[in-house]
Amino acid sequence: MKIHEYQGKQLLAAHGVPVPQGKVAYSVDEAVKAAKELGLPVVVKAQIHAGGRGKAGGVKLARTADEVETIAKAMLGSTLHTHQTGPEGRVVRRLLIEQGMDLEGSKEMYLAIVVDRATASPVFMASSQGGMDIEEVAAKNPKAIAKEAIDPAVGFQAFQARKIAFGLELPPATLPKAVPFMQSLYKAFEGVDASLLEINPFLMTRDGTLYALDAKITFDDNALYRHPELKELRDLDEEDPLEVEASKFGLNYIKLEGGTVGCMVNGAGLAMATMDIIKLAGGAPANFLDVGGGANAEQIRNAFRILMMDKDVRAVFINIFGGILRCDVLAEGVIAAVRDLNVQVPVVIRMKGNNEERGKEMLRQSGLNFTTADNMTEAAKKVVAAAGGAK
Amino acid sequence: MSVLVGKNSRVLVQGMGKHGTFHAMGCRDYGTKVVGGVTPGKGGAKIEGFPIFDSVTQAVERTGANVSMIFVPPPGAADAIMEAADAGIPLIVCITEGVPTLDMVRVAEFLKDRETRLIGPNCPGIISPGEKCKVGIMPGHIHKGGNVGVVSRSGTLTYEAVAQLTALGIGQSTCIGIGGDPIIGTNHTDAIELFNKDKGTKAIVMIGEIGGNAEEEAAAYVKKHVKKPVVGFIAGQTAPPGRRMGHAGAIIAGGKGTAAEKMKAMKAAGIHVVKSPADLGAAVAKLLKVKGH
Repeated sequence: MKIHEYQGKQLLAAHGVPVPQGKVAYSVDEAVKAAKELGLPVVVKAQIHAGGRGKAGGVKLARTADEVETIAKAMLGSTLHTHQTGPEGRVVRRLLIEQGMDLEGSKEMYLAIVVDRATASPVFMASSQGGMDIEEVAAKNPKAIAKEAIDPAVGFQAFQARKIAFGLELPPATLPKAVPFMQSLYKAFEGVDASLLEINPFLMTRDGTLYALDAKITFDDNALYRHPELKELRDLDEEDPLEVEASKFGLNYIKLEGGTVGCMVNGAGLAMATMDIIKLAGGAPANFLDVGGGANAEQIRNAFRILMMDKDVRAVFINIFGGILRCDVLAEGVIAAVRDLNVQVPVVIRMKGNNEERGKEMLRQSGLNFTTADNMTEAAKKVVAAAGGAK
Repeated sequence: MSVLVGKNSRVLVQGMGKHGTFHAMGCRDYGTKVVGGVTPGKGGAKIEGFPIFDSVTQAVERTGANVSMIFVPPPGAADAIMEAADAGIPLIVCITEGVPTLDMVRVAEFLKDRETRLIGPNCPGIISPGEKCKVGIMPGHIHKGGNVGVVSRSGTLTYEAVAQLTALGIGQSTCIGIGGDPIIGTNHTDAIELFNKDKGTKAIVMIGEIGGNAEEEAAAYVKKHVKKPVVGFIAGQTAPPGRRMGHAGAIIAGGKGTAAEKMKAMKAAGIHVVKSPADLGAAVAKLLKVKGH
């Protein structure tokens, strides 16, 4: 799950990390009111779940209330296109009105905490080049990144924060602020079960005050059950409507742009492999859909309904390996769904495993126009042809 | 021959709920010695003929269990792993899906100085078909005893590969589902190292997916140490960046962990990489020069 910048900053502030004063605004009036309360100048920041807003015109300085009004009017309801939004862009529905910082003589740096798979521990990373893409820094100048592995038993220690601070060449006088800043950051990371926490830029003003000027937090979805308060931060407007619908039924669905073959598969690995084989057959998958290992008829029906809501889908590929799920149960679910939903597009089914023959027999006797295939290659070729042929 | 589990495995099941009991029975039916279950507070009871114990330590004392298969739901899964390790269980197979990553960070730390090996979490388990030992949720009947070792991050995709092998008359020594989470107990390299040392394993199939760089590390290991033929596949060649493809670990983040990078590293290590998941079985057959293929 992802959240907005203003929500991330609220979470950080709650854990003791200094952030600029700011207020969220849903309308032009709220934006002007917030600016007056905070005191001008302010920065108006479009709130969407994608990076690269600054370059796309989603972050603007306003010196007067009139300017706030003009900018807010232009931004609210507009569509921002950044390198992370895709060609369709994102509609701006919320603004963060934030106190203007005096950037004269300031220094912009980068801080992040991520879980490192190889060492199975969180790692604190810092770079003196803020505002830049960390991957770019890592590729061009790996030595410019300071790293500290964190022992989960004792947490992020003060000496480690000092090492990072020295790595960033912070003036010694700022240490009494920098150390608690970074330790609070780790507390926030741990406290919300984040999988990524990124402060870019991490700002030091001319007088040595430290701020998290931007905040990006990605949560570990597996841990959301113990953070009910975080679930309320989810913004459904930022998510694909079909994905939202699928998530209600515990279906793992991801819409893929430009595809015409709807996929229904059990298991994430097989679902990815199915997308791959469609591509190899010259077609394009319209989605990733994992119905899970223990899918039942109802689950299959919901999955079908979601596939049919996608107007790009020209044919459906059902690829099920029945380990626990029995093929006859699958066939029953598919037949019922196709009848109930009056599915018009061609359906190609490839199923393997328990009660395979019985499942196939049921499909044959249903009187519905199913195409079956014995292996994935054959199925992929058939479904790509049914969807209008290879490109 | 096999690795990790075989005829001497005595399996304990932690979390004898509906799911755990169902699979405990499935393993027993396959031929596995399932010696009992652990559900704290239910000690002394019997479920489907399995004696139930209050703690892993108690169960180990009474049954001589040397493998634990865990079905405990996510909030208690990390605790269950640590309890089994504390009781001296040498091999833990955690099937549970959805364990928080920071819990696994603590588990990894806890296991560091212990002799215990963990497989999973979020995995289908491990099976040695030639020795009739299945510790997991995979369908046993698609397997066949033989000399190909299979290691994979996914469940049904592994079944797909195994079914292809079996259909071609090629059996498996052991199939290890290592799990799709970012932090797992046994990774590709560990599994390949075991297969490489196993005299009963003549060829290795490694199935990876997008995310992280475990496949690249395994490729480096293969290049340096492995003479046995290795066939590989990476799922997610068409996956978009920044999206979690079902598995918590299957995500292309910051331009890293793409299928293309992994396949390149594997090819450079001499691994026979197939582009299509449908070609895994045939590729192994070709390398083993099975008659008729």
